[in-house]
Amino acid sequence: MSVLHIVNKSPFDRNSLDSCLRLARPGSAILLIEDGIYAVRDNSAAADRMRQALENHPVYALQPDLQARGVGEENMLDGITLVDYDGFVKLTTEYDKLQSWL
Amino acid sequence: MATKKFLYVNRKPPHGSIYALESLEVVLIGAAFEQDVTLAFIDDGVYQLLQKQDSSAIATKNFAPTFRALGDYDVNKIYVERESLEMRGLGKDDLMPLTWEDEDDDWAEKDSIHIVSSAELAEIIEQQDVLLNF
Amino acid sequence: MTIELNGTSYETDEEGYLINLSDWNDQLATEMARVDGATLDDNHWEVINFLRNYYEEYQIAPAVRVLTKAVGKKLGKDKGTSKYLYELFPYGPAKQACKYAGLPKPTGCV
Repeated sequence: MSVLHIVNKSPFDRNSLDSCLRLARPGSAILLIEDGIYAVRDNSAAADRMRQALENHPVYALQPDLQARGVGEENMLDGITLVDYDGFVKLTTEYDKLQSWL
Repeated sequence: MATKKFLYVNRKPPHGSIYALESLEVVLIGAAFEQDVTLAFIDDGVYQLLQKQDSSAIATKNFAPTFRALGDYDVNKIYVERESLEMRGLGKDDLMPLTWEDEDDDWAEKDSIHIVSSAELAEIIEQQDVLLNF
Repeated sequence: MTIELNGTSYETDEEGYLINLSDWNDQLATEMARVDGATLDDNHWEVINFLRNYYEEYQIAPAVRVLTKAVGKKLGKDKGTSKYLYELFPYGPAKQACKYAGLPKPTGCV
């Protein structure tokens, strides 16, 4: 299996998401956690980059982190799958490598 | 004690670091000294004011409701940079309504949040005596 | 430190503030006051309940200036004075009343 890329930094503060998208091979998965979840909104300056990413990768986001930050699912990009902590753990077991873009 | 104009500049999102909570605590402590306090929210700092934040599931202090107490502390000049909101796909409706009661106007409830342009915010920064960054 | 009540012990910090807000009940408040040599009457409870509601809504214990103003608005002008609140809670209205209300010590105030 392939790589699970984890992004935990805001796309507007750091280049973690950009580096991840540049270096993630098609088919590898992307999981947004902590401040990384600010990339899910469908009308932000990161939305076009994310739409492109969604064509090549399964994209997940950690629901408790959205809830904590008041980021509603109603403005989320289509195609992102929300996971809870159990889902997070399950993902880490389904992929044989983890790459955290700290 | 001469009153000075203090501006707290907030540029970090609420939960990824301790800055946002620390800033709010310093603002509340500082408010006890009856200085002229203004808050600015720029860049990811605007996320601190989003509605419906509920951090119960990530076991961190849910301090968003505390912003609503700022009016009681006479902190009622809160400026949010429009450009920062737009870049994040946000507008005023996405932010918590923050209000204060004007004692000199029969306790009329007034908006504390003002959405301003970069140019207006630059002007506000120039007018201050002390700048505190978080 | 701990407070003992009806065979249960409740954890507090070194100044007697409850560690877990959820441990609070009115008997515990009465016991905390008794340890300080105080008896709680309706006027005390009014302020304690006010503080608990304030904390519930804003997630902070108010500074004494804010408490005084808010009590005046909510419970009547004659009660919104520091004199009235200090008579009820001589160790400092926000500080002592917050303790009995099971709240953390207010940030930077008496």
